[in-house]
Amino acid sequence: MSKVEPDVADTMVDAAADAGADAGADPAAGPVADQVAVEDPGLRSGRGAGARRTPGLVPVSESRRTAEQGPRSDLPVPAASTLDAVTREATSGPGAVAAFARMLGSELGLTFRRPRNLAMLAVLAAVPVIMGVVLRILGDDMADGPGGLIQQVAGNGFFLALVSLGALVPLLMPVAVAVVAGDALAGEAAGGTLRYLLAAPAGRTRLLAVKFVNAVLFCLAVASAVALAALITGLLLFPAGPVTLLSGVAIPLGDALLRLLIVIGYVTLGMAALAAVAIALSTLTEAPIGAIAATVVLVIATQVMRAIPQLEPVQAYLLPNWWSGFDAVLRDPIAFDHLTSGLLAFGAYILLFGSFAWARFTSKDITS
Amino acid sequence: MTLEAGAPSGAAPPSADHAIVTEGLTKRFKGGQVAVDALDLTVPRGSVYGFLGPNGSGKTTTIRMLLGLVTPTSGTYATVPLPRVGALVEGPAFYPYLSGEANLLRYDAADPTASGRTARARVGAALERVGLSAAAGKRYRAYSLGMRQRLSIAAALLGPRELLILDEPTNGLDPQGTREVRTLVKEIAADGTTVFVSSHLLAEIEQMCTHAAIMRTGRLVADGTIASLSGGRAPRVRVETPDGADAARVLRGLGLAAVTHEGTQVSAELGGHAPERLNVALVEAGVAVRGLSVVRPSLEEVFVGLTGEGFDVEG
Repeated sequence: MSKVEPDVADTMVDAAADAGADAGADPAAGPVADQVAVEDPGLRSGRGAGARRTPGLVPVSESRRTAEQGPRSDLPVPAASTLDAVTREATSGPGAVAAFARMLGSELGLTFRRPRNLAMLAVLAAVPVIMGVVLRILGDDMADGPGGLIQQVAGNGFFLALVSLGALVPLLMPVAVAVVAGDALAGEAAGGTLRYLLAAPAGRTRLLAVKFVNAVLFCLAVASAVALAALITGLLLFPAGPVTLLSGVAIPLGDALLRLLIVIGYVTLGMAALAAVAIALSTLTEAPIGAIAATVVLVIATQVMRAIPQLEPVQAYLLPNWWSGFDAVLRDPIAFDHLTSGLLAFGAYILLFGSFAWARFTSKDITS
Repeated sequence: MTLEAGAPSGAAPPSADHAIVTEGLTKRFKGGQVAVDALDLTVPRGSVYGFLGPNGSGKTTTIRMLLGLVTPTSGTYATVPLPRVGALVEGPAFYPYLSGEANLLRYDAADPTASGRTARARVGAALERVGLSAAAGKRYRAYSLGMRQRLSIAAALLGPRELLILDEPTNGLDPQGTREVRTLVKEIAADGTTVFVSSHLLAEIEQMCTHAAIMRTGRLVADGTIASLSGGRAPRVRVETPDGADAARVLRGLGLAAVTHEGTQVSAELGGHAPERLNVALVEAGVAVRGLSVVRPSLEEVFVGLTGEGFDVEG
């Protein structure tokens, strides 16, 4: 018994800290500690690797017993027994923010450990490397070729980052985002895991928010991976130095890198708008491939529409129309009004499709 | 019904005595099919409640409504708050590329009342309880059907539960696994946790449960304690004798009701009579008795009588 008490006291301190040092915990401490002490040998063996006659039985029985002690049962003190390390803390549990962060962490772990997603990131990051190598090899032959693009890159490796983003933003990056975001809810529904998440209970609004934030962070990862791979390749293969902007002004490389951060943020939000569309589609089906394909088809269809001059009046409403707007940072001063128009378009898409997804998902019968 | 369907509409139980109460609970799916029709269900706390019915009788839809997955068309329900409800719904569902342990951590992370600090210990305890500790690090993809079923029971046992909802918990288990589940359910119930178990395996329910409800085409056709359900039909005494007519006369003379006589078989409702006394009376009256038995209707007979043919009565 004497060996037991410090253990209990220890865990009790933990629990009290958890509950924000709940002052009400003290009066109950005496009897509870007694009871825990009595039960403790069993509990301790329950924790150990040694032989147990009734595996796992002890924690729940103990929690029941403490739960039946009356109004004090909700306090974390009973939870302080060794067992409740195994079960759970106060009914209030962790704060809403901490719980959200934990669920988001679980989601991110799933997204960024999944081989499919990692492969997509790797492919996207490989594109600028290949582009850089090709430009380096062919650069001399094409010195007087078309487009100042090659000359720009050849003149300053920094431009490879912008050129790469410009090349990937219209289709390849959206495909990667569509795969992750389109899979968000439909994938869980297809696997049957959605019903268990909601019974946990994850909460529908909360789950939707976690899925969206996760998708946005994936967009950020995609944009960062491309920009970083391009920057490293560019600076290794081409000269570095002050960056000459479109308006002819040269700025230091450090300033240019700050502007690249703005570009990454802009591209991330552009992709986040697409993620909102994909998640909205994801609430409509239990087949993830359906939501993914629909999103990709939408991207391609709108890109085709952009190429048709007669459709010019509607172009401002098409999402891909704004994706390439980041070249505004290459002006001096930065053409913030251009960026703002794009950001407003992204915000409108996120709001519109986010609302749709929310309305649909929170009222839907989960029968998968 | 709030839009936030994560929590049941009646999160607070109506009284401390009940774990589940539904009133007029109805679900009509798009297309007009009525899956659950005005269900009034009362599950006492601490009971092991069998929820029976043929496939398609509305059991799973009811469970989905209790868990907030499906919105009732009308009616109300109240259960223990969801974080204190462990559920197994329509078989296991996990991420095949994650280990058993990682899968449980994933579900645990979805519960806003669960602390991340104690998650590993909680998951370890749940795995140990269903005997999966050794396979904790193995990918779910490589699990056998029985292991998958156990893992979903482990998921239902994460954290302290006041109510356990088990939908067909022994599906896919071998006889040994079935017995283990039964033992586990009894242990959990002994701790005071209410267990609500749906099944179409009658023998299973009869062995595990204290109460039962029987569904048929979305309606509740009977509910109560197992004893009262079985007792709905009186035990009968069955006499096998070549002197059928005489035996029937003797039994009637003794005041037994519903006497039937068919060839060498005579049977009657036992009522309050002692079977050995009946035997003495028959023999004294010169009836040659080949056999005398008391037949108590099994739950199975009760259920088949209530739910009609086509009931899946294995077990």
